[in-house]
Amino acid sequence: MKKKFFGLLTFLLLAGIVLAACGNNGSNGNGNNNASENGGEEKQEKVTGSITAVGSTAMQPLVEEAASQFQAENPGATINVQGGGSGTGLSQVNEGVVDIGNSDVFAEEKEGIDANKLVDHKIAVVGMGPIVNKEAGVDNLTKAQLIDIFTGKIKNWKEVGGKDVDIVVINRAEGSGTRATFEKFGLDGAEPVKAQEQDSSGTVVKIVSETPGAISYVAFSYFNDSVVPLKIDGVEPTQENVETNDWKIWAYQHMYTNGEPKGLTKAFIDYMLSDEIQSNLIPELGYIPVTGMKVERDAQGNVTNK
Amino acid sequence: MINKEERKEAIEQWNNQTKVWTEKRGKAVTFLAVSVMILLSFSILIFVASKGITIFTKNNASLADFFFGTEWKPSAVNEEGRPLVGALPMIFGSFSVTILAAVICSPLAIGAAVFMTEISPKFGMKVLQPIIELLVGIPSVVYGFLGVSLVVPFLRNTFSGSGFGIAAGTIVLTIMILPTITSLSVDAIRSVPDSLREASLALGATRWQTIYRVVLKTALPGLLTAVIFGMARAFGEALAVQMVIGNSTVIPDSLFEPASTLTSILTMGMGYTVMGQVDNNALWTLALMLLLMSYVFIFIIRIIGRRREQQ
Amino acid sequence: MNKKLADRLATAVFYFIAGIIIALIAFLIGYILFRGITVIDWNFLTSPPRTSRPGGGIGPQLFNSFYLLVITLVITIPLSLGAGIYMAEYAKKNRFTDFLRTTIEVLASLPSIVVGLFGFLLFVNYMGWGFSIFSGALALSVFNLPLMVRVVEQSLSAVPQDQREAGLALGISRWETVKKIILPRALPGIITGIILASGRVFGEAAALIYTAGMSSPNLNFNDWNPLSPASPLNPFRPAETLAVHIWKINSEGIMPDAQEISAGSSAILVIAILFFNISARWIGRIVHKRLTAS
Repeated sequence: MKKKFFGLLTFLLLAGIVLAACGNNGSNGNGNNNASENGGEEKQEKVTGSITAVGSTAMQPLVEEAASQFQAENPGATINVQGGGSGTGLSQVNEGVVDIGNSDVFAEEKEGIDANKLVDHKIAVVGMGPIVNKEAGVDNLTKAQLIDIFTGKIKNWKEVGGKDVDIVVINRAEGSGTRATFEKFGLDGAEPVKAQEQDSSGTVVKIVSETPGAISYVAFSYFNDSVVPLKIDGVEPTQENVETNDWKIWAYQHMYTNGEPKGLTKAFIDYMLSDEIQSNLIPELGYIPVTGMKVERDAQGNVTNK
Repeated sequence: MINKEERKEAIEQWNNQTKVWTEKRGKAVTFLAVSVMILLSFSILIFVASKGITIFTKNNASLADFFFGTEWKPSAVNEEGRPLVGALPMIFGSFSVTILAAVICSPLAIGAAVFMTEISPKFGMKVLQPIIELLVGIPSVVYGFLGVSLVVPFLRNTFSGSGFGIAAGTIVLTIMILPTITSLSVDAIRSVPDSLREASLALGATRWQTIYRVVLKTALPGLLTAVIFGMARAFGEALAVQMVIGNSTVIPDSLFEPASTLTSILTMGMGYTVMGQVDNNALWTLALMLLLMSYVFIFIIRIIGRRREQQ
Repeated sequence: MNKKLADRLATAVFYFIAGIIIALIAFLIGYILFRGITVIDWNFLTSPPRTSRPGGGIGPQLFNSFYLLVITLVITIPLSLGAGIYMAEYAKKNRFTDFLRTTIEVLASLPSIVVGLFGFLLFVNYMGWGFSIFSGALALSVFNLPLMVRVVEQSLSAVPQDQREAGLALGISRWETVKKIILPRALPGIITGIILASGRVFGEAAALIYTAGMSSPNLNFNDWNPLSPASPLNPFRPAETLAVHIWKINSEGIMPDAQEISAGSSAILVIAILFFNISARWIGRIVHKRLTAS
């Protein structure tokens, strides 16, 4: 009896694998083909099939929520959104293993990615700013002071008009888009002192709120009452200031595709850029719509007016 | 017409053949299962090793730099054009938290094991053992958050510093490896034959003397094995450690300053790197080190086991 | 210090150690449950998570955790039974067996992050199965197999030798002896071991982040066709489990009640583990009574 059970189980398992593999590959291929054939009439046509978007965990909440709304309106479509980090997203879309690569940084900024192959879709702007622990006693810093704090030249808050509390620098993970943006536009490229690093924004906020004298930086959507968001040179970290580039620490959220997008991928990206998402979901989640930006910035950091 | 004799013989022959066939089949099935595992083990080694050595073969890093250097910035190069892959801070961090956790946890775990087997077996089996087993099920993420919410503030308020660091990592790991060391110690102590205990008591020794001089001594190899298993688990723990160690790639001045381990840097950095690039290869080298260390731990356990057999 | 005093002192120390451990564990579990229990209600357990609004739940994640466990068991139980039987009954004491045992132990002590990355390279990318339940189950099997083999082997070895001798004396082959006599006798131990191993698998996160993924597609619970993408039974869809979900919302969660959700999820996980442990013992006892008439 046991043997029969064994054999049956193994057979079922193998059969299951074969069936499912066929089924999965089949539905993927068919789905995309169908969608691109109908590309011309897509406005009326409901899009179907299944695609995968991988990459930045900072973008994940936004893309997931948009995907969920999209799937509610288009029941035949399945959009899988995964994290894995901007690096993973870019690698995977570069190799053609996934349909969309979500990234906090320009593809040009990561080595090993053939940026010419990839098509950039900027779907949102994320502003980020320094936050400090309430016991620091400051709410404004000059750019020079900010740089000196992060490079370790200033070690106590009283040196910048705050209370007599040691400064505890908390940096973000080496290689993260958040850190790259902050160092480029907030610290003007200065190399920060070796400090503890935290990967997750949620944990960073928690640590800053609990550690006396702590300073770090997060995206606007993570600001809350437990920490003090700093002004830089008197400029407040707000959406309006990002749109005019008065507040310089911001980055695009990119959705990269390998070549021009087609079918369900194109439909989804168009949806992300549509008014419905840009005017409602994006501000609701604390991001800034691309449409409101009064300036443009390229991969090298050159700013031009729109 | 086949007569009764011949029929009986024929049936017996058929049964025998089937038996042999069944026997062979059974053996084959089990052997297949075993081969799958060997295959798996080898493929993991090959995959991780091939990715792990690329930084030396393709990116021109030096082995000495890796083991003794303290600068970790793989995307940058030093004056000789070699990537900065000084992993010493992480190696130091991993070993420190592992060894410290083992040192603190072992007396507690072995004490609990002795309690469960010698002092109060009924209570031990019914209450203590299930409770300790509960710890196994708590996911590492939850341990991490307990660490950030409870351990780190406690350390920061009691001692100086930020609270993150080797001390926090050690405390979290001590709790995580407690069930491992305890249950293996229980096995080791239980396998000491009762006859030894009875002989000792018959000679007039007290229970403590019996435990100390007879049981623990005899179970020593098994207890050592338990501790090494615990260390292996601590060495390979990623999520929980990453949340409390601070992740600063320096060798800390104190137990309460941010440090880093092989696992914490690996976990944090993987998502931001691109496959095939220097920084990604460097992380795979860290993974390879973790893999090799687990082989070393197993090797040590084997040696202890062989010594036990020689006893 | 005479030996009677030493004995009393030692006993006290042991009681003290046991006491500290119990107090510590009770505190930890109590803290988790206390913080989480207020969040748990039917809505929490069945509704899908919400990205930015409060009131999200963990329904799909809970289902995924269980489903992933089931698939992992389906893969590992036959394999570990096979390997365990081989190790306990057929293997001779030679270098090959030693090597085998070492291999199994190595698999057991792999850091979970390494297994996850290996799974990412092999199952997700190379084999093309993508972020899926199947990739995740295979990654979990890498841990689970050695645990289970050890359980099976130990349970089989615990059956007294005279049972085997009796079998052979009756003229049945070794395989049949194992099948009909030894295995049933060892079954309670095996079942207990399986359930305990399941507890460990249930709480695993590091290996799954890169294999089963960090999101769950919209699940249509009315669709039971395992081949359709929206069906909960499809093994080729991404499946974020409860443990991974806790990690995710604590990392990048922007919903206002992130802390509550994570506390509630942790409490559910701990309750599930409690449940596994208790039923392991209980079922083991029942099976033992049934199968051995003792």
